[in-house]
Amino acid sequence: MISKQEVEYVAHLARLEIDDAQKDKFTSQLNDILLYIDKLNELDTTGVEPMSHAIAVTNAFREDRIVDSLGTEKSLANAPDGRGEFFRVPKVIE
Amino acid sequence: MEFETVIGLEVHAQLLTNTKIFCNCSTKFGGAPNSHACPVCLGMPGVLPVLNKKVVEFAMKMSLATNCIINKSCSFARKNYFYPDLPKGYQISQYAYPLSEHGYVFLEVDGAQKKIGITRIHMEEDAGKLMHDEHNPVSYVDLNRAGVPLIEIVSEPDMRSPEEAADYLKRLHEILVYLEICDGNMEEGSFRCDANVSIRPVGQKEFGTRSELKNMNSFRNVQRALEYEVKRQQYIVENGGNIVQETRLWDDAQGVTNSMRSKEEAHDYRYFPDPDLVPIIVDDAWIEAIRKELPELPLAKRERFVKDYQIPAYDAGVLTADKALSNYYEEVVRLCRSPKAASNWVMGDVLRFLNEEKRDIRNCPITAASLAEMISLIEDGTISGKMAKDIVEKMYKTGSAPKAIIAEKGMVQITDEGELLKTISAIMAANPNQLGDYRGGKDKLFGFFVGQVMKATQGKANPQIVNELLKKMLAG
Repeated sequence: MISKQEVEYVAHLARLEIDDAQKDKFTSQLNDILLYIDKLNELDTTGVEPMSHAIAVTNAFREDRIVDSLGTEKSLANAPDGRGEFFRVPKVIE
Repeated sequence: MEFETVIGLEVHAQLLTNTKIFCNCSTKFGGAPNSHACPVCLGMPGVLPVLNKKVVEFAMKMSLATNCIINKSCSFARKNYFYPDLPKGYQISQYAYPLSEHGYVFLEVDGAQKKIGITRIHMEEDAGKLMHDEHNPVSYVDLNRAGVPLIEIVSEPDMRSPEEAADYLKRLHEILVYLEICDGNMEEGSFRCDANVSIRPVGQKEFGTRSELKNMNSFRNVQRALEYEVKRQQYIVENGGNIVQETRLWDDAQGVTNSMRSKEEAHDYRYFPDPDLVPIIVDDAWIEAIRKELPELPLAKRERFVKDYQIPAYDAGVLTADKALSNYYEEVVRLCRSPKAASNWVMGDVLRFLNEEKRDIRNCPITAASLAEMISLIEDGTISGKMAKDIVEKMYKTGSAPKAIIAEKGMVQITDEGELLKTISAIMAANPNQLGDYRGGKDKLFGFFVGQVMKATQGKANPQIVNELLKKMLAG
């Protein structure tokens, strides 16, 4: 079972602001999802290789050849804030 | 109380590919800010990263060179955290299924070989670069580096002193540069190191609480930071305190480590498999193909130098520490066939000149052919070792070949016995008192006569011949 505190913690990690009613709602919804996933655990998966991907493709590679980049101007075009050739962000010092 | 130091290192090496790990942007250092960026490395929604094959091959090379076992299957995961240098809000890295594991390298500790375990090597993308404004509460972001391929090499906590840690780093650095997969530039950040360090009372099995050190941009600083940190931890424990698990930054100017103000909660990266990237399967044929491409590695070269050239292990270590230097040395030996003399000249004069100017052997004005020629001229008696000292300096300053310098300065060694006999006779005639004293038993005056001959010939006389002739003549 997932607790309301865990929902708060995960929301904080994802920088989501949610109000108290939403916290209760998400707690119950997430628990429903976990319950549903738990049902899959009833299947016997002995001898089945774990998979991390829905399609059976492996080794999709790219050759090491340079293709023109966007360039500074286009790279910054959608930025909420920029100055000169840089993105500008609130100062974060860890 | 006696303490034992325990150190493990995490090394990040930028790979020398042309393009980034998941897109076709150039990895070139020094472009205009944000000019090497595209929707993939800018983290735009809806884009699809595709893995650069060369990254896998370079990482495989390092894995094989450090005796790691390459996993048959590996995959990428997302490491989630928010920081302005990370446009997507996650870093694509490897977590549960790294490329390779269980490797090792050897260090020489107290004359014996010590094995340092390598836990794993994995591939990941680099983040962008942040510049903080000094006056305003803002930072500037350059994403040219975002997506540049890295390998992370994680060691076992096998090192027992800061010196061993620095030595291990040098070994890794050497191998990466030999493989030509990383330029190894620590100042520019293409080779970076974080260190985990703890202490424990001698005899205790459990590890002590560790601190993680960052921000050390040279081998020397890694060692200094570790030495400081070991002392700091000992002081705390000896005064009844407890070590706090934390990240500390090395302050080069002050020579201390400082705690990074840690956030309220510990990092929780919520790793999960990246659905954008499919698994990588490495079969034996691929591994063998990569193995065939491996060059001779530093350790093997060192052993070969000792065996084939009969030079001391120390010399072989210096000469093989840099691949270009080892190639230079081998070229000199090939041309002059005097390994010991070549080693002395390369390690002595040539390296001294280069170090004084912080110059690289690749830009050395003395070509291997010139140095070999000079060594041959000493060996065939054309010039003396003393003359060669002057000549090699002129070779370095002018880039001229030794024969040209010798011709220009009239520096050919005098080996003609008749000419030397005349000189010696004149000196004996001019110094009757000294001659008398010598013949009266003052053997030490022999040196005086050698000096006079050298002075008279401006140092050009062949010393062996002078010795022989003087002995005969002075005896009377």
